[in-house]
Amino acid sequence: MRRLLAQAFLILALSQAALAGQITVRGSDTMVRLCQRLAEEYMKIHKQTVIQVSGGGSSSGIAALINGSTKVCASSRLLTDAETRMAATKGVNLHQLVVALDGIAIYLHKSNKIVDLTLGQLRDIYTDRITNWRDLGGPDQPIILYGRENNSGTYTYFQKQILGGEDFAERCEPLPGTASVVHAVTHDVNGIGYGGIAWATTIKYAGIKVNDSAQAVLPSTVNVSDRLYPISRELYFFLNGEPTGETKEFIDWVLSSAGEKIVVESGSVPVRAK
Amino acid sequence: MTPYQFKPKSRWREFLGEKFIAVTAFAALIAILLIFVFIFKEATPIFTSSEVQKEASLNKMTFKQQFQPNKPAKWSWQPNSDLPKYSLWPLFLGTIKAAIIAMLFAAPLAIGAAIYSAEFASKRMREIIKPVIELLAGIPSVVLGFFALIVLATLLQDLFGLTYRLNILNAGIALGLAIIPIIFTVAEDAMNSVPTSLRDAARALGANPWQVSFTMVLPAALPGIAAGVVLGFGRAIGETMIVLMASGNAAIVSASFVDSARTLSATIAAELAEVVFGSAHYNVLFFIGTVLFLFTFVINLGGELVLQRLKIRFQGKLS
Repeated sequence: MRRLLAQAFLILALSQAALAGQITVRGSDTMVRLCQRLAEEYMKIHKQTVIQVSGGGSSSGIAALINGSTKVCASSRLLTDAETRMAATKGVNLHQLVVALDGIAIYLHKSNKIVDLTLGQLRDIYTDRITNWRDLGGPDQPIILYGRENNSGTYTYFQKQILGGEDFAERCEPLPGTASVVHAVTHDVNGIGYGGIAWATTIKYAGIKVNDSAQAVLPSTVNVSDRLYPISRELYFFLNGEPTGETKEFIDWVLSSAGEKIVVESGSVPVRAK
Repeated sequence: MTPYQFKPKSRWREFLGEKFIAVTAFAALIAILLIFVFIFKEATPIFTSSEVQKEASLNKMTFKQQFQPNKPAKWSWQPNSDLPKYSLWPLFLGTIKAAIIAMLFAAPLAIGAAIYSAEFASKRMREIIKPVIELLAGIPSVVLGFFALIVLATLLQDLFGLTYRLNILNAGIALGLAIIPIIFTVAEDAMNSVPTSLRDAARALGANPWQVSFTMVLPAALPGIAAGVVLGFGRAIGETMIVLMASGNAAIVSASFVDSARTLSATIAAELAEVVFGSAHYNVLFFIGTVLFLFTFVINLGGELVLQRLKIRFQGKLS
């Protein structure tokens, strides 16, 4: 019975897609939740449009855009030189949009006495130069590192921006998602982790200082959209050429105040400040 | 009136039926062969392409490498790095360590339960114990992994004051839960297939139940118990979901059993989904798959061969 229902649904979806245009959004796992919420809300208003959202990572989204198997590519990073060249040879005319901003917060256990960290300290912690909380003014306890798997966009971003391209310490435990990192730090008094900024119920955020003399900034929506928080990045949509027709309608809606409301709800930060 | 009950009237139908059954039997064989060929094919650039070998040759995957001029040489698995590092030792070591813990935890428990069930338990007790233990095999490994991640990890850390919450001990014990039914079933069958005539003979010579099982049945069933242990070990090597969730997945080379570890199988599961198609990293992951396949194949083959010999020994002459 359920199978029958699923089939009927599929046929319905397919026929709808045949009637109206279908927009596919593929790419960043970081953005999947955001894109799905955007698509759901948009489809509530525009009943004739079908938007299909899937993850797989920024790299696979970009590859799909170049192959022409997706209309919109969601990416948490810019294209690499190799990807740009590949796009050019395949005749893809890249069109880039910033749809939201995303801050990466540093998670600490709630009982941790450390309040803020400099970017330099953060690099030293994750490259195994600082291995004990004592060296940061805390108790004589080892620092337990949690991170993301090496196929995650957050991993790559953190490695490039914070570690300056160096390797993560080998004893850093890679976890499959932000929720796992939060869970791990919640249960580990000596733990430190990184991930999205909308998760702070069971852990606490470390304030981030650009250098020793700078003021510490907490990862908040306002601080990210004002570009005050040092560990933040832009989230992109890439398209082949200027958007037209239904895709254009969707993109315009995403960048409107209605879209921005969804961006805020799903834990990211809208592009325009306030 | 024919003297035969089954009239051989349509030979061609039987012929077709026979062939059809033969084809289904060979299909499984061919499927396994094709899977292996495919996996190995994707790994071959490691041996043939000089471009891939620049990043990942057999030499680089096996021996210590010096990556920075002033640092000591080391084994390192860092595939997504400015300078990719593909040493397989941290992964191999993690796999072996997790399997050893699993065996140390599961083998005594499973063999003990098998001895009790086959030798000492009343018929009613046995009818409860056996299916319940075998039911353990039906628990999806992702559920065991989840249990280890949430419950067992906290329990072990509080109990032993461990530095790392997710570690090999945690993964090994959860892995042990998955292989207890494998060892139990094979060991129990081995003990049950010791001929009754042997037991009767021992009893006739005045042996009590304890002497019958430990001086008679256990030695006779030992190869079968060993086969069960070997099969369990094979499963422990290949099992993915439990170690992926419970071991912390940090690729470290260390002798400690309470550090985090990354296993061969977990590495494939975690990294293959987003690896660049055709890159050296992609080929290395398939190479790991080949190694894992050969490794578990040899182990399982060994276990099966021992079982086979045991059967012949009991059914044929027993010297």
